[in-house]
Amino acid sequence: MSHGLDGGLDDRMSKRIDSRLEDTQPASGSDWTFELLEHFESEIARIAAQYKLDIYPNQIEVITSEQMMDAYASIGMPVGYHHWSFGKQFLSVEQAYRRGQMGLAYELVINSDPCIAYLMEENTLMMQILVMAHACYGHNSFFKGNYLFRTWTDASAIIDYLVFARKYVSECEERHGVDAVEQLLDACHALQNYGVDRYKRPSAISPEEEVQRQQEREAYLQAQVNALWTTIPQAGEEDEVIDEVNDPLGLHRRGRYPPEPQENLLYFIEKNAPLLEPWQRELVRIVRKLAQYFYPQRQTQVMNEGWACFWHYTIMNQLYDEGLIGEGVILEFLQSHTSVVQQPGFDHPHYNGINPYALGFAMFTDIKRICEHPDDEDREWFPDIAGSDWLETVHFAMRNFKDESFIQQFLSPKVIRDLKLFSLVDDDSDEHLVIDAIHDSRGYKRIREALCVQYALSHREPNIQVWAANIRGDRSLTLRHVQDDRRPLARSVYPVMRYLHQLWGFPVHLESMENDEVARRYQWPLPEDANPG
Amino acid sequence: MSYFIDRRSNARNKSAVNRQRFIRRYRSHIKRAVEDAVNRRSITDMERGEEVSIPTRDISEPVFQHGQGGKRRVINPGNKEFVEGDRMRRPSGGGGGGGSGEGQASNQGEGEDDFAFTLSREEFLEFVFDGLELPHLERKQIADMEEVRPVRAGIARDGTPARINIVRSMRSAQARRIAMRSPIKRALKEAVEALEQEERKDPVLRNKVRISELKAEIERLEARLKAVPFLDTYDLRYNHLINQPMPSNKAVMFCVMDVSGSMTQAHKDIGKRFFLLLYLFLERNYEKVELVFIRHHTAAKEVDEEEFFYSRETGGTIVSSALTLLDEVIESRYPAGEWNLYVAQASDGDNWDDDSTNCRELMIKKLMPRLQYYAYVEITPHAHQALWEEYERVEAEFPERFAMQQIVEAGDIYPVFRELFKRRISA
Repeated sequence: MSHGLDGGLDDRMSKRIDSRLEDTQPASGSDWTFELLEHFESEIARIAAQYKLDIYPNQIEVITSEQMMDAYASIGMPVGYHHWSFGKQFLSVEQAYRRGQMGLAYELVINSDPCIAYLMEENTLMMQILVMAHACYGHNSFFKGNYLFRTWTDASAIIDYLVFARKYVSECEERHGVDAVEQLLDACHALQNYGVDRYKRPSAISPEEEVQRQQEREAYLQAQVNALWTTIPQAGEEDEVIDEVNDPLGLHRRGRYPPEPQENLLYFIEKNAPLLEPWQRELVRIVRKLAQYFYPQRQTQVMNEGWACFWHYTIMNQLYDEGLIGEGVILEFLQSHTSVVQQPGFDHPHYNGINPYALGFAMFTDIKRICEHPDDEDREWFPDIAGSDWLETVHFAMRNFKDESFIQQFLSPKVIRDLKLFSLVDDDSDEHLVIDAIHDSRGYKRIREALCVQYALSHREPNIQVWAANIRGDRSLTLRHVQDDRRPLARSVYPVMRYLHQLWGFPVHLESMENDEVARRYQWPLPEDANPG
Repeated sequence: MSYFIDRRSNARNKSAVNRQRFIRRYRSHIKRAVEDAVNRRSITDMERGEEVSIPTRDISEPVFQHGQGGKRRVINPGNKEFVEGDRMRRPSGGGGGGGSGEGQASNQGEGEDDFAFTLSREEFLEFVFDGLELPHLERKQIADMEEVRPVRAGIARDGTPARINIVRSMRSAQARRIAMRSPIKRALKEAVEALEQEERKDPVLRNKVRISELKAEIERLEARLKAVPFLDTYDLRYNHLINQPMPSNKAVMFCVMDVSGSMTQAHKDIGKRFFLLLYLFLERNYEKVELVFIRHHTAAKEVDEEEFFYSRETGGTIVSSALTLLDEVIESRYPAGEWNLYVAQASDGDNWDDDSTNCRELMIKKLMPRLQYYAYVEITPHAHQALWEEYERVEAEFPERFAMQQIVEAGDIYPVFRELFKRRISA
């Protein structure tokens, strides 16, 4: 990974001392001015256009570090509803920043149209240029181009929707009290990763529609829910099994509801929870919609960061080649860039998993190499892209994949070798850990498989779906967890079940399935004699 | 396609509400931390924030997660010597299975640091007083010690040269000059014009006598004009100072506490809160507040704060020993004319049988006439003893300046404090 940087740098350093620096860059030091920002922004725009980066208009906001902390705490959302968890986030960022444990991320960009990016006042001129290249052209073009974002989010509507959500939440707080709203949001947040549709495109969020239809929807939803639950003969107190003798008409044998398992727990709750008030359903919906908005980001971290790093690297180097930035600036850039794309080894004290910046940058860089200078190995592994037009190919990769499929398709043996990846199997039925593949010809495919699985959300998060709502009996709700490689649920399952119970209002059960058999049952409220964990 | 917006001047506390929400939610945790801090800190050290930690598990936001166990395969970078098929012992203490490439905090909760953050000074004080407002007692409502100080009181016509007000003096000099010179100038102008008129006439028709008269007149007027002084003693103005009695802004607060065996640490903590409140209150009202700590059992001793609150003594109680010492300290170091004297006494009410009458004597005869205020709190759930009764007689004598209250538990402190000072307001 690093050879590209060093080689290029030595080469250029020996060749010239940039005399044009003084002309084109009046503030050759680290101070920036708005004129300079505009100048470099337009240069970057010119270069980005050469490389066919298609972007939303940029809205670049210059803010102070305190404002950056605010932005950070609200996951970058320019407006958000109030909740203590954002306060917690803010406090921990603030504390870490004050103690000097972390620098603030120098960039934050929001998937919206126009695309909002923040530049921090304290940044040097180099940083501002880098951030513009990285966020305003890298991330921005990714948001606009990648199929997940195109399909699942609505960049033009998100800001307005956030405004709507904030207003609605604070109205609810006025009407029903801060505590009631907070408790509901706590419960929804616990389930928000299960508030997304994975396979069907959600309806567009439009603020006008939200405001207009919101009241109709309240009434309509409530009517629907009522209709569903009126089929219950007097909320079933008797819990005993009703056999055929006592139920000759088969009233209790009409099949499960819902007929198919539901993956979107929050959606199911919004539509079916028996006791929620209309405003509560609306809040569930808000949390669900926002979770859906963030869903693509959670699946494209490697690609998104890799893409942005690839382009800031390319653009910065071109700015240097064209003499628009000087040696000092490019050195400062390389120092910063290498620390961002650094991958510490597994035994390094700072090791914290695979760095998505490093992996993504290495992969995009390698795709370019495969296209431009393929060797025999590349022709064997990537017959269809070796020697093809690199720009077309990286754009194709950016547009049509998410992390898991991107790795599946494009992780090359060279990247595996460079990063020295190895696969470790930790099986609790084996008292030893096993190295099951390393960066050799026998291991490439297995490593690629395993890494791909590792980035699949469906593998990272337990697979839990709504199995049945007992609409004819005790109104209890049953979820099913399908175990994956015998991995059990963490103990956090109990507090989450409690939240689920708060939303549903009746007993909730969770069955952990292993090979189509129930391996473990959880329920809330806990049975009298049970001891969680 | 791109535009810049400078948002730096926008509000920077967008997270303030969320921060408050967080603090509100974890009130009980924070309160505990603040109470610890109050007990740990010096009285004079209350006006800063505090770092508060909350166990991470108490503020976690649970989600469905995979737990330990089962089979997992993790890709790690940086292989050095492993080859395919290597087997190794599982490192103890878990650790395997981390690193999902996400950098997510481990879900096992244990072993993580507590969640720590810093309360601001205001938030801290708010917790110290448990959400109650600090008493807004006006300074004038307290009988302050008076001190004479020179104060500017306008402008006078006489005074010492050192206090000449130059601007005002020059201004009146200019007015006087204008007033005195303008009639002369006017006459001079007329004379000059008359002379010119005379001189323009045909030489035959000139009135020589008149001309010489006019010339003499002009000379005389010019001399008069010159004679008008630039500055006259009449013009001088002086800054006027008068002596005005001013409240003194120095105060000394005596903390008197019984440290005999019957006073437990809990009693002392309650006492400390009470002293703290009085200190915070005085500090808002005086430029300078000094603290004197006097503790006593059978004998009294002046000590530093550390010793005052944390050393334990045993034995009986003679309150008058403390009052005698108090009197001596005032006599030698804090003359009543210069200092506002406040005394706060905390005790559990025990006293040597015969001593309480001595206390009353001392109070009425020697101490009370010199003190601004004497506040006595008795920290006891039990019935009052002799000291209380004697003090009630002191209170009857000095209802304006003596106050006493009983405290049973920590929660009583603030209301009692308020009660003690409310009376002053109505007085």
